[in-house]
Amino acid sequence: MRRLILIAIPYVWLLALFLIPFVIVVKISLSDTALARPPYFPQWDWSLGWAGIKDFFAELDFENFWFLTTDDLYWKAYLSSLRIALISTLMTLLVGFPIAYGMARAPEHWRPTLMMLVILPFWTSFLIRVYSWMGILSQNGLLNALLLGIGVIDEPLIILNTDTAVYIGIVYTYLPFMILPIYAALEKLDGSLLEAAEDLGCSRLSAFWLVTVPLSKQGVIAGCFLVFIPAIGEFVIPSLLGGSETLMIGKVLYEEFFSNRDWPVASAVAVILLLILIIPIVLFQRNQQKQAEAEG
Amino acid sequence: MNRLSPFNVVSLTLGFAFLYLPMIILVIYSFNASKLVTVWAGFSTQWYGELLRNEAFLDAALVTLKVAVLTSTLATVLGTCTAYVLVRIHRFPGRTLFSGMAFAPLVMPDVILGLSLLLLFIGVGVDRGVLTIVLAHTTFAMCYVSVVVSSRLVAFDQSLEEAALDLGATPWETFRLVTLPIIAPAVISGWLLAFTLSLDDLVIASFTAGPSSTTLPMKIFSAVRLGVSPEINALSTIMISIVTVGVIAASLLSKRAAVQRVREEKAAERA
Amino acid sequence: MPQKIFAPWDDPQEKPLIRFQNVTKRFGDFTAIDSIDLDIYAREFFALLGPSGCGKTTLMRMLAGFETPSSGTILLAGQDIAPVAPNQRAVNMMFQSYALFPHLSVWDNIAFGLRREKRPKDQVAARVEEMLKLTRLTKFARRKPHQISGGQRQRVALARSLAKAPKLLLLDEPLGALDKKLREETQFELMDIQEKTGTTFVIVTHDQEEAMTVASRVAVMDEGKLMQIATPDRIYEAPNSVYVADFIGDVNIIEGKAHQVGELVQLDWAEGQPALAARTDKNLGLAQTCYLAIRPEKVSISADRPGGANALQGEIIDIAYLGNLSTYHVKLPTGHVIKAQQANTRRISRRPFTWEDKVWVSWTETAAVVLDQ
Repeated sequence: MRRLILIAIPYVWLLALFLIPFVIVVKISLSDTALARPPYFPQWDWSLGWAGIKDFFAELDFENFWFLTTDDLYWKAYLSSLRIALISTLMTLLVGFPIAYGMARAPEHWRPTLMMLVILPFWTSFLIRVYSWMGILSQNGLLNALLLGIGVIDEPLIILNTDTAVYIGIVYTYLPFMILPIYAALEKLDGSLLEAAEDLGCSRLSAFWLVTVPLSKQGVIAGCFLVFIPAIGEFVIPSLLGGSETLMIGKVLYEEFFSNRDWPVASAVAVILLLILIIPIVLFQRNQQKQAEAEG
Repeated sequence: MNRLSPFNVVSLTLGFAFLYLPMIILVIYSFNASKLVTVWAGFSTQWYGELLRNEAFLDAALVTLKVAVLTSTLATVLGTCTAYVLVRIHRFPGRTLFSGMAFAPLVMPDVILGLSLLLLFIGVGVDRGVLTIVLAHTTFAMCYVSVVVSSRLVAFDQSLEEAALDLGATPWETFRLVTLPIIAPAVISGWLLAFTLSLDDLVIASFTAGPSSTTLPMKIFSAVRLGVSPEINALSTIMISIVTVGVIAASLLSKRAAVQRVREEKAAERA
Repeated sequence: MPQKIFAPWDDPQEKPLIRFQNVTKRFGDFTAIDSIDLDIYAREFFALLGPSGCGKTTLMRMLAGFETPSSGTILLAGQDIAPVAPNQRAVNMMFQSYALFPHLSVWDNIAFGLRREKRPKDQVAARVEEMLKLTRLTKFARRKPHQISGGQRQRVALARSLAKAPKLLLLDEPLGALDKKLREETQFELMDIQEKTGTTFVIVTHDQEEAMTVASRVAVMDEGKLMQIATPDRIYEAPNSVYVADFIGDVNIIEGKAHQVGELVQLDWAEGQPALAARTDKNLGLAQTCYLAIRPEKVSISADRPGGANALQGEIIDIAYLGNLSTYHVKLPTGHVIKAQQANTRRISRRPFTWEDKVWVSWTETAAVVLDQ
């Protein structure tokens, strides 16, 4: 009996506040926009009974999804989100791997401190971390002042409100997600494997390619997904650092909802975004499972 | 694996500079007398004064704290239940759905979570306010708590629970007297994590907040959309300091506990 | 036809394969290896034996090239190896953890070193097959390290390090991870492979039985110093110090003052007790402190006073029954406890002695070894 309650409480909570809302999103994505409150049609009319339910389902259609394919804003936004997420994931990997590698090779008594330094930004506000780049990247910001000062450039660079600023923002805020799984994989790496490789005739560099890289592969994959998945739906970074031409689906959805008040289209955008995300999420899950099996 | 090459030193230095310089700059410029970012016009704490006189910010901070405390407490209870069910109860109808639902919010974009919850609240006809934000935040925060607590539960030696049952404890007593004290560190970190997540969230709160329940991130967001503001620098500095002091204190405490433990174990060996 | 005994260390003409000259290794303040001189000859199976932390692993890692001596030189076939990087040395190592690459199959693990030499593919394949056959692993070639047993993993590690036909193979506690029965089988397999390939083996171990079984010579180490280097039988029968006598097998040690007449030493060891007699070729000073080391199996036990020297009366306080043997702990009136071992040739019910029996223990003049350190 107690066991039942224990299961039921979180179960009901997640059903009511996660699954059902999502069903509602799917339902509204199949409805039509209406100048009403709430601004969509059809509404569920309880008073009509069974006939009302039948009418209700008859009114649902895929019109909004059709609309998404006809307006190139949407599919451009999806593609551009994917592109920005992909490029910034690769950039995060390029920045993160050397840091994780350095941490794993650092003397053992330093490692907890280095770990804490990587985790500390996790606990500070995401919004503030993104905001901190605005003062650096703006046209009369610190980076331009510095570059102008030392004479590298003659005119201020325009970085803020471009895709470049979005890349920087994503790399900066998601860097710990990349570092931690790679570090975990590298730290577990048995030093005697590298010695064995050298003993068998490898140079340092070839030992790195033949042993370190393949054995940290799963950490790299995990890190990439941990950056890629949230980056696709990112809203704060493109709206603070990106420009008006920076198209990211999270931003489009937010604006569709609050500015245009077009709930059915916004819902359709959300449903497709989720369908796009399912592929990397499943791949990520599989990678984690493989890793767990390899360890168990 | 214990030789730092020059390459390692350079990448660590640059990496940590990249992670910390933006925040350090932010802190420095919060004490700038000028409103402009590039001009240093002398040391001043005027922006802190203005911040404290800004009632809108203070109200928002209060709302945020209220939401965060309620959220983290609820999420800790629900998340611990979820973790316990997932780790210890291997068979019940709908388990796959349950574990899927406990995992999905971790990877779901904020915009979708926020949108779907808003549509639910409108559909049910709940007035939006602190309550709806708490419900929304708890839903995703409990999943994070569950991850943290599960990892501790998995590592937990189950024979300890069996020993308690063998000695006559009821399942509830076993949980209260044995399981809970052992997983307590994870439960506490889960609470802190939920608290920070709630404190931090902008998108979900924007969807689920009502007109009188603006949270601090929402306030910050609408202020910084227009550009850099020294008041926000001051606010950021306060938040960064609180977190830094908290994290360093926590890690020092846990390090001291670990050192103490090693010392006691050694003393016991010698005796 | 009489076979020539393998003993290059007794032949002054023979050149050693490895020569340590006054080698010292320090880690900070800690001296891991303290000015060691050591010669190891080609085709030897040489064991470095000592407790953990005695420096034996450091000595081996210097041969492999993972540590460099703080002072002194190491010569391999007459050449100083200090400037040679580990990946250039004709020395291979079998790691204590085996260090098998988890992402590579058994076949690829064995081929790893061969491929680094850029040998043609068919040569690599032929050599790998040869090693697989030698270590009886042909069936498991496609498996990954986690899909085979501990004993098989050990053989993969051996095959991998032998594949490049090194001049010298280093084995770091090669059997440490195996259970007792498998360990004994594997010891003979190792000796067999060493003989077949003619490779020089240097093995590091803390297990004295293992060292005695496999090695042509054993070096006993303690705190960075070499205590004794000799063949297993010399180490056991003629230890040069109390440390070595005590480290290898079981021993009774009796301390006293020596009075030497020719080869015969009379040892005053307790007041009011007759002196103990022993033979030695050492020259001891008058009343010099020295020690008698007597192996328990060389002590006989009887109910009546035996004739001859070195007979002492005491009481049995403990009996350790080991199946084939029993060890009797006999307490003397002076408080010393002497261990005496007897083969259990009769059934247990017919055992002649039991607890609290008064018995005599005795040994011959040549059974005891006189030690001065």
